Amino acid sequence: MNEWIQAIINVFTNPTFYKSTLTQSTPLILAALGGVFSETTGVVNIALEGIMLMGAFGGVMGSYFTGNPWYGLALGTFFGVAMAALHAWASIKYGADQIISGTALILLAQGITGFALVELFGQPGSTDLVRSIPLVDLGSFKQVPFVGVIFGNLSPFVYIAFASVAFGWILIYKTKLGLRMRSVGNNPEAADTLGVNVYNVRYFGVIMSGFFAALGGAYLSIGELGQFTTNMTNGRGFIALAAMIIGNWNPVGAMSASLLFGGATAFNNQLQSQSVLNLSTNTQYIFGMIPYIITLIVVGGLIGKSRAPSADGVPYIKE
Amino acid sequence: MDKNVDYSKYAVVMKGITKRFPGVLANDRVDLFVKKGEIHAIVGENGAGKTTLMSQLYGLIKPDDGKIYINGVEAQINDPNDAISAKIGMVHQHFMLVDRLSVVENIVLGQEPVRGPFFALNRARKEIKDLSKKFGLIVDPDSIIEDMPVGMQQRVEIIKVLYRGAEILVLDEPTAVLTPQETNELFEVLKSLKSQGKTIIFITHKLNEVMAITESVTVMRLGKVTGVVKTSQTSSKELANMMVGREVLLTVEKNSAHPGDEILQVKDLVVKENRGIEAVRGLSLNVRSGEIVGIAGVAGNGQTELTEAMTGLRKVESGKIIFKGQDITGFSPKKRREMGMGHIPEDRLKHGLIKTFPIYYNFILGEHDDPKFSDGVFLKIEDIRKFSENLVKRFDVRPPKIDLLGMNLSGGNQQKVIVAREIAFDPALMIVSQPTRGLDVGAIEFIHKTLISMRDKGIGILLISMELEEIFSLSDRILTIYEGQIMGEVRPENTTTEEVGLMMAGHRLEDLHQEA
Ligand SMILES: Nc1ncnc2c1ncn2[C@@H]1O[C@H](COP(=O)(O)OP(=O)(O)OP(=O)(O)O)[C@@H](O)[C@H]1O
Ligand SMILES: [Mg+2]
Repeated sequence: MNEWIQAIINVFTNPTFYKSTLTQSTPLILAALGGVFSETTGVVNIALEGIMLMGAFGGVMGSYFTGNPWYGLALGTFFGVAMAALHAWASIKYGADQIISGTALILLAQGITGFALVELFGQPGSTDLVRSIPLVDLGSFKQVPFVGVIFGNLSPFVYIAFASVAFGWILIYKTKLGLRMRSVGNNPEAADTLGVNVYNVRYFGVIMSGFFAALGGAYLSIGELGQFTTNMTNGRGFIALAAMIIGNWNPVGAMSASLLFGGATAFNNQLQSQSVLNLSTNTQYIFGMIPYIITLIVVGGLIGKSRAPSADGVPYIKE
Repeated sequence: MDKNVDYSKYAVVMKGITKRFPGVLANDRVDLFVKKGEIHAIVGENGAGKTTLMSQLYGLIKPDDGKIYINGVEAQINDPNDAISAKIGMVHQHFMLVDRLSVVENIVLGQEPVRGPFFALNRARKEIKDLSKKFGLIVDPDSIIEDMPVGMQQRVEIIKVLYRGAEILVLDEPTAVLTPQETNELFEVLKSLKSQGKTIIFITHKLNEVMAITESVTVMRLGKVTGVVKTSQTSSKELANMMVGREVLLTVEKNSAHPGDEILQVKDLVVKENRGIEAVRGLSLNVRSGEIVGIAGVAGNGQTELTEAMTGLRKVESGKIIFKGQDITGFSPKKRREMGMGHIPEDRLKHGLIKTFPIYYNFILGEHDDPKFSDGVFLKIEDIRKFSENLVKRFDVRPPKIDLLGMNLSGGNQQKVIVAREIAFDPALMIVSQPTRGLDVGAIEFIHKTLISMRDKGIGILLISMELEEIFSLSDRILTIYEGQIMGEVRPENTTTEEVGLMMAGHRLEDLHQEA
């Protein structure tokens, strides 16, 4: 028992845990924010997972062909926006079932990335290493004990993620476009009678969701590593959906929930690496479930407290 | 031809408007003339096409044929934006409010004041306060719509229209959901709007309201205009006959009741409302078979919670509900239904009907596993359809097409579908809330007669209604509810509306008798 307490204390007193929380949360924050944008306008977007995957792949592809990771980022977000536009087109223009359209896009993304991986890089599994987006080096600040280790050398994606949350919150709650987004997501008919163009506002929300989710995906590939591997999103799109729900469809809430999940993953990774515990490989699988168990407990505890926009997932068809 | 006619004294002229829905001619060459600055009523049976006509004026749907002139000039109204530019505003029969947003947000939506890139909330709030003052429509700009009573929500709808600078206001059955007090307040507002030069089109089924505040009336029936009269030259009775095309009884005739055994007993019931405050506070009552017990009261005094508790939709804090001698306090709604408790809910769209289901499915809601309709696995569609064809005829649902979706029925016909279903399943006790809300005089007459004949067949009926007239003409006993408690029991033949009105305002019957 004592070695467990010791191990946990070790984790929490080590700045690496906090840094890892930030980096683990970053893709979740971005994707969850994407979900908030889409669902605030009333379109369910379970395709986040697929969009992230396309963002990740586009990032590596762009960086590979141009040698410039920023072009990679541009290509990745373009792919994400294109995927989202497909979802918007099917579900807004044609009133398609949004779950089916979203599922189709996830499968499509897995197919495209799997195929292109082999076509372009000649092998399944993973791409060559490409240049990744350079970290933000804070110079001598790195020497400051503890916080220097956490913030001294972070990916710009981390900053982008938090800035995006602020941007999203202000847009949704403090601008007239945001008011229209919320009205269209709750009662499109009422918005329509006031001359608000329900379709345009929904297109905007869904396309923004593609942009942010793809940013989150690109971080996974060209944020630190510089490589794409098959299915590298590994369910993060779904965790992001959970974060969005737990965060009550609010950018700040979604961010907090993402930090919780990111923290759980970081904790789990750090704990496993504590040598005092001497864990077998098999128990590590059990540890791997920690973030998901937390999801279930938190979601369970929040039932009835978190409310989706009233018209979330309901196509709007005139006349 | 119309070019030569001078329409300039009319705020609205609709000429030869025709609108066809699949299988229904909703408007058939309708003409409507509304003078500037008048209050003009449109009356007509459920499904006569009133809402459809107004939806075309507001650009929500497009006429198949016909022309619209605003202030004498032909107008192209293709969408609500065009209507708003033409200074037309509409308060819809089913409110168009975003219930999670605040009053301010709802009012300015679509025409938001901005400061730089931001929505200027403070300026919006101020503009709304000014408007509320100017027209005597007091609301709290920061309340959230879903927390407000309907009367308040309606004020928000009216301010919304005025905020857009509307000169022509369309109000589609604005009083259907209001209490008598709220209706009076609304009328004051309408009079003040009129004195400021606004033109008002007012749709209602309550003919006394037509007589009280309008100048002229257009009567519609089955999609056509059947009469245009000046209010001063007509009467409720004449209007009713014009609407329905026959003599209508404005009050039902009934014989005295022959009540049997006690079928429902409520003892010291306590029920909380959503925010956790006690809404029903130690209420007791009983209903015998073969009698109608009316509950009179101003909306919001616990009626909703009382009905929900009795039908099993809401938790009971303490007290007992005994039905057919059995304590059913903890029973599920399904179990209560199986025991023979029928229910006509007050909110037809929320609890009464599934909007996206055709009529014939709506007719078997709650009875879907009855062997008449199901063999245990599959529904017997043919039998269900036959049953439905019958009901539609018996209850005169219009149009009589059982494939029509719930949402495509006019408001009054949705209500008929619910009443028909509940009566058809042959209950022993009926909990009836606002059974005639939004119904036309002919349909009211029909439903009142039906309720009386159910009573005469030995069914116990608990009637909850905000309409005092309805309570008086149907009930054998009247209980008045105030803040979740019964103020007293009277018989309609031994009391007056004043006495019940005083109890509705919180005076106990025994105190009234002491004073007298
Ligand atoms: N979208 C639609 N599709 C098909 N039929 C419709 C549609 N909207 C209305 N109708 C039909 O058109 C007719 C006129 O309906 P409308 O709602 O205008 O009646 P109303 O006079 O307003 O009645 P109420 O007093 O009950 O509100 C009805 O028969 C209705 O069923
Ligand atoms: Mg109507």
